[in-house]
Amino acid sequence: MIGTGKIKQYANVLDKPLGKGKQEVSLSAFAFLFSELVQYNQTQVDNISELETRLEDAGYAVGARVLELLCHRDKGNRRETRLLGILSFVHSTVWKVLFGKVADSLEKGTEHEDEYMISEKELLVNRFISIPKDMGTFHCGAFVAGIVKGVLENAGFPAVVTAHFVPVEGQQRPRTTILIKFAEEVLRREARLG
Amino acid sequence: MAAIYSLYIINKLGGLIFYKDYGSKGRMDTNDSLRVASLWHSMHAISQQLSPINGCSGIELLEADTFDLHCFQSLTGTKFFVVCETGTQHMEALLKVIYELYTDYVLKNPFYEMEMPIRCELFDINLTQAIQKNRLLSSLNQLC
Repeated sequence: MIGTGKIKQYANVLDKPLGKGKQEVSLSAFAFLFSELVQYNQTQVDNISELETRLEDAGYAVGARVLELLCHRDKGNRRETRLLGILSFVHSTVWKVLFGKVADSLEKGTEHEDEYMISEKELLVNRFISIPKDMGTFHCGAFVAGIVKGVLENAGFPAVVTAHFVPVEGQQRPRTTILIKFAEEVLRREARLG
Repeated sequence: MAAIYSLYIINKLGGLIFYKDYGSKGRMDTNDSLRVASLWHSMHAISQQLSPINGCSGIELLEADTFDLHCFQSLTGTKFFVVCETGTQHMEALLKVIYELYTDYVLKNPFYEMEMPIRCELFDINLTQAIQKNRLLSSLNQLC
């Protein structure tokens, strides 16, 4: 029969292929949703570090799921075992899928062996947010730090991830740096692998 | 040169949430600016009732000897008005741009409480850029 395009019906919903999904989401919609997430958490906590922890936990859940999805979709179910491999995965693939572009830079810390930094001029989640002066060092990028932590920990590279503002001379707004500090076992394993 | 004297933003209850003055004329201290804001809010509301045509949405332009006042009211009742030199062009467009900046940098900020005074750094930075751009455009137009 010519002309009747019929969508293949799957008997079991688990047999349906995982689609690519919508590539783009409205930035305004995300901004409002994220703003509400921050406001909701503010009502539940007593101080700033608890608020950062809550945002990080929310991001952790996202990171765990993103890792599974991207491993299946983009990397053909291959697993990263090397430190630089997983870092460049986070820096390029994860950033590209979540924020539409690769991160600005990936650097190795000079002071400590186990520290790496992903820098960004301005995180997408922070685009419309102005932190009031009385909140001090609070950073809504804790959400993104949580995402990175979720990806790293579920890939087998436990780490402590935090977001910081780094003032840059000549620019009014500071840069954002995500600081990744890997656990001892990761470095030992990396040394063993050569 | 066509110049803006000051910008006011008032919430739907008539309270002043943002005031900025540019230039040397029309400077006001806090109390006076609050008074002007509530005065304008009332006048705007009264004008809607006085209008001979049904469905009037309030005063959009007030022309006086020494200044013009352009007002823009959003669908939610927030009013943006600018006091400028007589004969300044393109104020409507500028007010729309400021409204867009408000929706972006104030309403999407989780630390902003609705109907409270605006204290958002990003809003200030982008507002200054928009006003400067407008000033540049109008002076370029004058040269042509």
